[in-house]
Amino acid sequence: MTSTTPSSAPMPSSGTVPSSGTSGSVPSSATASVAPVTTAPVPETTAAAITAAGLTKSYGDKTVLDGIDLRISEGTVFALLGPNGAGKTTTVQILSTLRTADAGRARVAGHDVRDAADAVRAAIGVTGQFSAVDNLLTARENLLLMADLHHLDRREGRRRTAELLRRFELTEAAGKPVATFSGGMRRKLDLAMTLVGNPRIIFLDEPTTGLDPRSRRTMWDIIRGLVADEGVTIFLTTQYLEEADQLADRIAVLDGGKIVAEGTAEELKRRIPGGHIRLRFADAHGLEAAAALFDPSSSSSSASSASASSHSGSGSGSGSVGRDAEALTLDLPSDGSVPALRSVLDALDDAAIEAERLTVHMPDLDDVFLALTGPAADGRRDANSPKEQAR
Amino acid sequence: MSTLSYAARDSATMLRRNLKHALRYPSMTVSVVAMPVLMLLLFNYVFGGALGAGIGGTSTGSTGSSGSTDYIDYVAPGIILMAATSGAVVTAVSVCVDMTEGIVNRFRTMAISRASFLTGHVVGSVIQTMVSIALVVGVALLMGFRPDATPVEWLAAAGVLALLTLALSWLAAAMGLVAKNAETASNMPMPLTFLPFLGSAIVPPESMPAGLRWFAEYQPFTPVIETLRGLLMGTEIGTSGYLAVAWCLSLSLVGYLWARTAFKRGVER
Repeated sequence: MTSTTPSSAPMPSSGTVPSSGTSGSVPSSATASVAPVTTAPVPETTAAAITAAGLTKSYGDKTVLDGIDLRISEGTVFALLGPNGAGKTTTVQILSTLRTADAGRARVAGHDVRDAADAVRAAIGVTGQFSAVDNLLTARENLLLMADLHHLDRREGRRRTAELLRRFELTEAAGKPVATFSGGMRRKLDLAMTLVGNPRIIFLDEPTTGLDPRSRRTMWDIIRGLVADEGVTIFLTTQYLEEADQLADRIAVLDGGKIVAEGTAEELKRRIPGGHIRLRFADAHGLEAAAALFDPSSSSSSASSASASSHSGSGSGSGSVGRDAEALTLDLPSDGSVPALRSVLDALDDAAIEAERLTVHMPDLDDVFLALTGPAADGRRDANSPKEQAR
Repeated sequence: MSTLSYAARDSATMLRRNLKHALRYPSMTVSVVAMPVLMLLLFNYVFGGALGAGIGGTSTGSTGSSGSTDYIDYVAPGIILMAATSGAVVTAVSVCVDMTEGIVNRFRTMAISRASFLTGHVVGSVIQTMVSIALVVGVALLMGFRPDATPVEWLAAAGVLALLTLALSWLAAAMGLVAKNAETASNMPMPLTFLPFLGSAIVPPESMPAGLRWFAEYQPFTPVIETLRGLLMGTEIGTSGYLAVAWCLSLSLVGYLWARTAFKRGVER
């Protein structure tokens, strides 16, 4: 096993005393992964748990992956975000040695996924989209089966099983057949089975899809605990933006087989110009007056197209005022700060225009997702958005 | 530990898992036993009189008792063999269920012997089917089946049946791997369960029309049945013994290679 703590990663700086690196000249990897503001990529100095370059995969004439590059540092949570059929599962399957890529190279835990598949398998744990548990066995038997397949001796296998049952609060149900388990319990058992072999890198393919909010939160806590307590690296795929926002140090957005954006949640949010103040008026007269006040240029000409550009997420027009004549709303670009709010209210007061309601919208990952993926983001992709295979 | 002993250990783990399934859900074993037992009842008590009288000359004839008793001695080895073919259905279904439920993808992402999954299934189903066969033999004995085999001949008969079961299990495992769902998996081995009827299981091929008779004489089950009949009842075996072993070994090889290829390709579907 290679170095697991980020601090032991080789540093390129010529400093002879390693401890002097804390003075601030070299950003330590720990702060780099926490600080959301830096736009710089993760420093190359941290050891990479997963790297991929130019991965492609097609089924017949359907291109599922069209050149994927990845670099995931040890001890971090990486989320691959994308709509259904974007290629998330295929990416996980290639990195976890289930499938081979048509082209490109990938290294996981320092081993090539194609040439040293067994070495990769020894270092990883995979919890797939469809829970991979043996329904005919009990929870305990499932865990013991994993212990046997990891060649643990009997005593160690029992100890590990008991520990995982306790940790995942499955001790009470340990003797029941898994076929009787709820979806949440099944997912927990699935993850527990993945952990029997103490993997350093864990792939979680949509770990909370289909779970109720409480089970989802339990799963998140477990995942956070894994990173905090054991320093494992987690590769997560999800279509839930909140999940990526909650868990991931870095997020890549996958769409149509390509990574269309990558960065921290904050960086991605900043890419979307979408913060705005929405004013709603009681009648068209108020709307017209306010539109003339805040956006004199478009007072009459754009009335017909206004409703189309009403929402902030609709694209590049970051500075333009959006007007929806039917809903009687006006969207003003804004950072949502108090002075900005005050100036809008003052302007309305000065012009004696009465707005019925005011709401502040800040961009969230949903806006990022909608702006970056799907047919709206890139018209040519809608031709080839293959459906992911179930198995 | 060496690679080979890891492979053996992983296979043993997989075998334990499959036997646990069989013990916990005996309904599958029961269904394997039920079909041949029903056949035995049907052919002995319902059709036995007519069929036994019709083939009276070809059966052993040494006991000289009633036609019905003679006929069970003729038909029992054929029906025992059907227990092996209905075991194939169970193998195909259980392999297919593993494939569709996702657990096989977990196994594939673990550093375990690639062969252990299939080996565990096949060895498990051979054991399960041999138990079923023993039960069917027991029922046949209760119904008046009176083999004159020595212990060595019994052992040889068990060996032939085990070999046949191995061949059928590998074929069935491959079918389970290529089947899209459990329903298809249970239908695919159906032709195998009908083949004994088109051989010498129920009636001698000599009584069949020419084309069918040719097929019956040269299809793989006939030499196996004839060998079994010879070992248990003392009829002439001739070249059937060699033919039976050759058929079983080559079918095992075909099934093994097919299953191995299908397993490798499995995830790419």
